[in-house]
Amino acid sequence: MRKEGSAISNSLYGPLDDVAGNAGYTGHPQRVGFFTDTTVCIGCKACEVACKEWNGLPDTDPDVLQLTGMSYDNTGALGADSWRHVAFIEQAAPVPHVHADGDGAGEDAATRWLMASDVCKHCTHAACLDVCPTGALVRTEFGTVIVQPDVCNGCAYCVSACPFGVIDRREDDGRAWKCTMCYDRLRGGLEPACAKACPTDSIQFGPLDELRAVASQRLAELHAAGEAGARLYGADPEDGVGGAGAFFLLLDEPEVYGLPPDPVVTTRDLPQMWRWAGAAAGVLAVGVAIAFAGARR
Amino acid sequence: MTEQLQVPSAEFRSYYGRPILKVTHWKEPNLPAYLVLGELSGALAMVGAVAHATGRRSLARTARLGSAVAAYGGGALLAAELGRPERFLNMLRVAKPTSPMSMGSWVLAAHSGLISAAAATEVTGLLPGLGAAAGAASAMTGPALATYPGVLLANTAVPAWHSSYRELPLLFAGGGMTAAGAAGLAASALRADRADFDAARRLAIVGALVESAAGYGLEVKPGPEGEVYRSGEGARMLTAARYLTLGGGIAALAARRSRAAALVSAALLAGGGYCAKAAVLRAGKESAADPRYVVESQLRDAGSG
Repeated sequence: MRKEGSAISNSLYGPLDDVAGNAGYTGHPQRVGFFTDTTVCIGCKACEVACKEWNGLPDTDPDVLQLTGMSYDNTGALGADSWRHVAFIEQAAPVPHVHADGDGAGEDAATRWLMASDVCKHCTHAACLDVCPTGALVRTEFGTVIVQPDVCNGCAYCVSACPFGVIDRREDDGRAWKCTMCYDRLRGGLEPACAKACPTDSIQFGPLDELRAVASQRLAELHAAGEAGARLYGADPEDGVGGAGAFFLLLDEPEVYGLPPDPVVTTRDLPQMWRWAGAAAGVLAVGVAIAFAGARR
Repeated sequence: MTEQLQVPSAEFRSYYGRPILKVTHWKEPNLPAYLVLGELSGALAMVGAVAHATGRRSLARTARLGSAVAAYGGGALLAAELGRPERFLNMLRVAKPTSPMSMGSWVLAAHSGLISAAAATEVTGLLPGLGAAAGAASAMTGPALATYPGVLLANTAVPAWHSSYRELPLLFAGGGMTAAGAAGLAASALRADRADFDAARRLAIVGALVESAAGYGLEVKPGPEGEVYRSGEGARMLTAARYLTLGGGIAALAARRSRAAALVSAALLAGGGYCAKAAVLRAGKESAADPRYVVESQLRDAGSG
């Protein structure tokens, strides 16, 4: 049963403690998510492969089997057929001496590699779900967001609504596709394929509350070790999407990884948008009336 | 702590210049034509209701028939934009207030039904009470059908659309008036029927002013969101729209005596209306394809908030 009309403004924007409950579930399991700690990602792409294998994703992306020239990234971006995407960033970055018998304090010119496995954020306030006109996109009992392929009519509204550019329409199939956080595996008590395959535990799966605690601790460790650029992305329930179900530990600004710096769920402004449209409808009605009021016959 | 104070980078940073957002699959001519037909149907329904109320029987019939045809044409274009057109009716599977497309689908369905009933009565003379009631109700659904796409486009992550939630519905309201005015001018000129010529002319002029003002509002929008309306593909279309629409308005002013001027005005207004919608689509695509628009607008908003 859905609970209609309960705290509607809070359902559009802001922190939300019980996201599955807000969607109408009772007695549901804990909200689960991904914590992707990019500092230990080795760029092996096992997550991409495991995801493709488990979910039977076709390799119809135009970018697949092409060399992009973007370091080791030949996947390019998340899309209808790529639900995990490992980004590779090569940066010129001076590093402090690490040799105990070195010739004093200083810095060496060096290249650092940032590798990060991106995925659908399973937002607390998911724009794709909000705007879906058919009800094909739904919130699951785990607090995740999935597309029901038997309902989707391929209107592509979700594609433009997603502030992360995650969901996309498969051209030969006509429907929208994205990460399901392996809903079938979750139902069977298993962790998602990408997390299972990750050899370094860069991708961690579990109850979101626990992951957030783990992430805070890891961040504190990194800061203590002098890694000043370390930051969490998507972990804050006060952010523009009410916090993400899949969040990240990054070493540089989000846009460097191809992530939007401060995404906001578009539906936040929806009430205001309708007011302006209502006013414009009034302008139309008044305009027609004015045209006729003084017209000769 | 070996924390290094880094000077913030002056130039925006990105992942190999790749888009952050996905670029919409909506395309020309389907989307702009759908918007034009929706406006036209909505405004003509309003015209039909006013004509009916003021005893302009012939105009009421023509306007309602035209409105019905435009509504069905719009529905067909909408279905053609779907990845799975055969599932068009899934649009009416749920009613979702958070989805402008769901609300719009219901408005389109209601409007099509109402205006069809009103038009059927106009043609057959049957059930006049019911037809009149449906026609009056279509004066409510009509303006909603014309302006809801402003919310449809704005309620996305596309910078050029989301930031324009004030201007877009007004652009479409003005477009409804110019489309209906153009239809009236053309019909009057072709039929050599002067009866309602003056009302069509006035509607075209008011619409041209509103539409141009909304277009100007897009163009002067500050920041990266306005840039795509000032330069590039979208801007070129928007400029074309302005010349066509204002030209159409001026021709309507001159159309008092000339049938040729009326036809020219109708053609210019129709072209201007289409170009304005195409401009919005192109500007939206540009602002989604270039990560700079996303990064700069978000960093600005985060900085000010």
